[in-house]
Amino acid sequence: MPQLAITVLGHDRPGIIAAVTSALAEHGGNIEDSSMTLLRGHFAMTLIVSTEASSSEIERVLVERLPVDLLVAVRAVPPELDSGPVGDAYVVTVHGGDRAGIVAGVTQVLADVGGNITDLTTRLTGSLYVVVAEVELPSSVDVPALSDALTARAHELGVEATLRPAETDVL
Amino acid sequence: MTLPAGRVRPVVRAPDAILSTRCDEVDPRSPSVAQLAADLLATQAVSPGCVGLAANQVGVAARVFSVDVSVHPKTRASHGAFVLVNPRIDEASRNEKGREGCMSVPDLTGDVKRATRLVVVGYAPGTGVEVVITTDAFEARAIQHEIDHIDGLIFIDRVAGAHALFPRRRYL
Repeated sequence: MPQLAITVLGHDRPGIIAAVTSALAEHGGNIEDSSMTLLRGHFAMTLIVSTEASSSEIERVLVERLPVDLLVAVRAVPPELDSGPVGDAYVVTVHGGDRAGIVAGVTQVLADVGGNITDLTTRLTGSLYVVVAEVELPSSVDVPALSDALTARAHELGVEATLRPAETDVL
Repeated sequence: MTLPAGRVRPVVRAPDAILSTRCDEVDPRSPSVAQLAADLLATQAVSPGCVGLAANQVGVAARVFSVDVSVHPKTRASHGAFVLVNPRIDEASRNEKGREGCMSVPDLTGDVKRATRLVVVGYAPGTGVEVVITTDAFEARAIQHEIDHIDGLIFIDRVAGAHALFPRRRYL
């Protein structure tokens, strides 16, 4: 079944998820994957939905149903096969004084060795900026050298970085 | 030996560089270390919910920390309120994930994996007597959190993943 990528973003209030998902359900939409969270008071939804309805039809329905200040975007996307991991899972933590360019600086070091970030969260509390990234590293990566490169880049940015293997417990 | 009267010291917060500094070993018998130990216990005692404090959290880059988990509900073994100088972990096993907070990171908590069985060796402030503490559960977690501090690490350096960091709920 064709898939749509849907984003809804705007001032948080009760009922956004209910309004979006009931509209999708009425048009045969099945939520295959989603991330919904509150970002600095803005509620942000990103969904992959399988449906026979067209992107323009779903967008029209959502715009009609939702408060006018919410940003809605709907695009058709090709189905992606679930690819296996490209390598070993690691967690990168960065913390330090807030400034522009921390995420850019650290993620570029990971990208340079072919690291694939699968999840990333940032938090700002007071002047403390925190980044936690989950990254898959190809087995060819020299992990101690990467750790040194991350530390060096972090120190240029005035922050601290830690790279360690992700522990995945299978029960 | 009894410690001198402790003074409550201000607790530094991330991103202060001293929290990322590996602290130095000190002479456990020195009067300044005895005073530092008393200050850690005094500061911890007036801080609600505080179960441990490392010297660099009060601005001193020394391998000294205090712990007191005696009134915490997750505690099994407890050695009351104590201070260790130049600690080292001799045995650590049975890792479990648990939620941690920190006075130096007041707005966040995180899930961190720690050993739940622990043997730690250190020295008592003042006398310099070697102390071996065998403990478990929450006291083991608190000790590992404090030893991380004096190694220049905070719990954020050990959070389990991108969804293991949380805003701290405040009920005040």
